[in-house]
Amino acid sequence: MTETPDLEQNPAVAKIRAWRPEAVSGLVFFRGELTVLVPREHLRPLAEFLRGDKQLAFTYLSDVTGMDRFPIEPRFELNYHLLSMSRKDSLRLRVALAGDDPHIETVIPVWPTANWHEREIFDLFGIRFDGHPNLRRMLLPEDWEGYPLRKDYPTEGPR
Amino acid sequence: MTTVQTPTGAEKTMVLNMGPQHPSTHGVLRVLLELDGENVMKADVDIGYLHTGIEKTAEALTYSQAITITDRMDYLAPLSNNLAYCLAVEKLLELEVPKRAQYIRVLLTELTRIGSHLVWLGTHAIDLGAMSVFLYCFREREELLKIFEMVSGQRMMTSYFRIGGLALEPPAGWTERVEDVVRTFPSRFDEYEDLLTKNRIWLARTQGVGMLSAEDAIGLGVSGPSLRGSGVDYDVRKYFPYSSYDEFDFEVPVRSEGDCYARYMCRVAEMRESIKIVKQALGKIPAEGPIKADAPGIVAPQREKMKTEMEALIYHFKIYTEGFAPPAGEVYQRVESPRGELGCFVASDGSPKPYRMRMRTPSFVNLQALQKMVEGHLIADVIASIGTLDIVLGEIDR
Repeated sequence: MTETPDLEQNPAVAKIRAWRPEAVSGLVFFRGELTVLVPREHLRPLAEFLRGDKQLAFTYLSDVTGMDRFPIEPRFELNYHLLSMSRKDSLRLRVALAGDDPHIETVIPVWPTANWHEREIFDLFGIRFDGHPNLRRMLLPEDWEGYPLRKDYPTEGPR
Repeated sequence: MTTVQTPTGAEKTMVLNMGPQHPSTHGVLRVLLELDGENVMKADVDIGYLHTGIEKTAEALTYSQAITITDRMDYLAPLSNNLAYCLAVEKLLELEVPKRAQYIRVLLTELTRIGSHLVWLGTHAIDLGAMSVFLYCFREREELLKIFEMVSGQRMMTSYFRIGGLALEPPAGWTERVEDVVRTFPSRFDEYEDLLTKNRIWLARTQGVGMLSAEDAIGLGVSGPSLRGSGVDYDVRKYFPYSSYDEFDFEVPVRSEGDCYARYMCRVAEMRESIKIVKQALGKIPAEGPIKADAPGIVAPQREKMKTEMEALIYHFKIYTEGFAPPAGEVYQRVESPRGELGCFVASDGSPKPYRMRMRTPSFVNLQALQKMVEGHLIADVIASIGTLDIVLGEIDR
């Protein structure tokens, strides 16, 4: 078992708390990985802060991925895997989104790599990214119906 | 730059549909090129032709069964995919893998890296007109595939790494085959370099072509040799060591030019470093010892034990009928695949099937950089740029 360290001592957590306390709605520590739970409206400003802060320097976005907790509400989860090359540190940001109208502001201006990740999530989960310049189907045909990675979409396909 | 004038005076550009069945797209990739003469004005990348829903399929399989579909993503480096997935599940289970298995894993993934880079070098060279390099590379790759066949029974879809260790004890005499590779390959790399490194045509086709600055590369999430060719030394093996990589002594080749030639030099140097790691691993692997973690209920028991012990038989039956259930939670495990950062995100809800398995595949992210690399340049450089990114479409579309 890995010991749970004092999460408030983590430089990223301490900095975010000092910058805008309401941007953190919770912390999860599991298997040595720190997850910061972020309310939807704070994600974009927080992303800008984490990328721009000279000391934290989360300049690299490894991955953005979605998850469906159906039938639990809020149903959708987005996980942003951040990496700081100068500190050799990583961080996960998690945003929960309600199932009736899942949408969130894009982070492309902060990390251009989010472009395709967000498109893929739109394609497979049906989560919209406000401000995305090219939010079209990516892996599936453009006339495809439904969002396959949602849990209420059968593994065998829609028919 | 010349523009075609229509009789009405409006500027006219041509849209060229490159692919999906174009040989230099290395699979089924479609690039919509808006051309002004020979200059690329705009490049729009269209993917998805090989989408098979691997992430969705994994949710219907048990943790052990899902290993087999990870092979089918990056078919040039199946063992790297196996490793990312197995390490993620092992992290979830807090499972310690025996050192012997860890070293064998390192050895085999480094051979995979060489094999993958050989395919890259051969196909990239043939795209740019150097036919013979391709034949040499595939000759050498055959030796590596024979080793994979020897240890796992399969040339490509190996599924050799299992949760908690390895599938089988490697057969007698396999280390001699690896020693042959260590002995002969460096001089073969010299042969490729003789053909290409100072070849004037090769230099003309790769130097200053497909430029990618370090800032753009980091912003676009590029990883692997494609990033290290732009002067950023990010390598997961050094930054977040896994599977005992911290015990190995090797360099990470970095070049600062950011063109196709720099990436070529990085990959060739990386193959030599991989040989160094393989050599060290050969010295480290103990002749005997367990290859699977001691974890009843997760790792299948030995065949002999099943004939004498009741518990072993019960565990065997349970593992292969219902599987095992890791505790609920999410982990993200990154490894350095031949193409860059391969991330595996596994979420468990406490049931025997992964609630979500997500693969952050390096080819998918690296391909985003293509637009930046080709817009404003000549159409012939598009081919060099696709080749230099070393994409595998099976991994992009999943």
